[in-house]
Amino acid sequence: MNELSVTRGVLIVAMLVLATAITRFLPFLLFPAGKKVPRYVEYLGRTLPYATIGLLVVYCLKDIRPLEPPYGIPQLLAAAVTAALHWKTGNSLLSIGAGTLLYMVLVQAVFV
Amino acid sequence: MKMGRKELRYAFPKTVPVMVGYLFLGAAYGILMQVNGFGLGWTAASSALIYAGSLQYLEVTLLAAMVHPLYAFFMGLMLNARHLFYGLSMLGKMKEIRHGKPYLIFGLTDETFSVLCSEETPGDLDRNAVYLWITFLDHLYWFAGSMAGCLLGSAVEFDSRGLDFALTALFVVIFTDQWKSRKDHRPALTGVAASALCVMAFGADLFLVPAMALILAVLTLGYRKEAQEKKEEQAYE
Repeated sequence: MNELSVTRGVLIVAMLVLATAITRFLPFLLFPAGKKVPRYVEYLGRTLPYATIGLLVVYCLKDIRPLEPPYGIPQLLAAAVTAALHWKTGNSLLSIGAGTLLYMVLVQAVFV
Repeated sequence: MKMGRKELRYAFPKTVPVMVGYLFLGAAYGILMQVNGFGLGWTAASSALIYAGSLQYLEVTLLAAMVHPLYAFFMGLMLNARHLFYGLSMLGKMKEIRHGKPYLIFGLTDETFSVLCSEETPGDLDRNAVYLWITFLDHLYWFAGSMAGCLLGSAVEFDSRGLDFALTALFVVIFTDQWKSRKDHRPALTGVAASALCVMAFGADLFLVPAMALILAVLTLGYRKEAQEKKEEQAYE
């Protein structure tokens, strides 16, 4: 790694530290004990986390090229297996482990 | 305040499920960092200071692509926005905390939140100390797991192609959990549909900001509708 990318890497990590700290501290700064939380903020608290995870699933699958081989089959298949396994067992480690392993086999041995 | 041994003995069993999860997920993160060329120093700093599981998985991708730091900042805000709402629901519980409150807030990960949320400390124990022990132990597990993964990643030679799918799998698992726990699937569907639409309209590299805006707009419409309906109900009564 050259000096420039070390600097950039450090900046990236620093930004992630800052972003995380902001999201964790902000509610305690904005709403000190006893202050009422606005209804709209409460509503976002009930809905935004769910929408965000949906966005992140799409974010992970965004580089699929549906018109070129392997047509995103490894990603979609592994994601479907992960979801199905998790639906059945509720065991995060098992679902993530098995899904990832399946994907590794698919890209290393099946769709080469 | 003393971080008493009695409180530690009480707190430790509560953290065992988190320990198992953090050691494994932390190790996988450490391996990912190592095979992408970011060794012990990077991993240690990240696990100690960022301390956010899913964001650190994303960090591997952000570092590997050497994205603009501001882009990383917005991704961090977005992915961690849910913490805002953990904070909101912990306001009451944290009111009487006198010592180490900034550390408790810093360490409020998904898992620690879920433990603290259901925590009812018996009267003869110092609740403040129990909270601190739980938070500290969880932090330690995550740090130790990722360090172990880093060492493992440099010690063992293996074909790591496809290992980064762990991030996708993690989000799919969270998505599935959330789907099961809620009756109203509109927010989740909004997230998926708005994002997919923006990927098609703006392309994979530019979709993120328009997608965030679209999601917020659709949710706000839903809020207006809900508020309107409530008003009508009240007027009817």
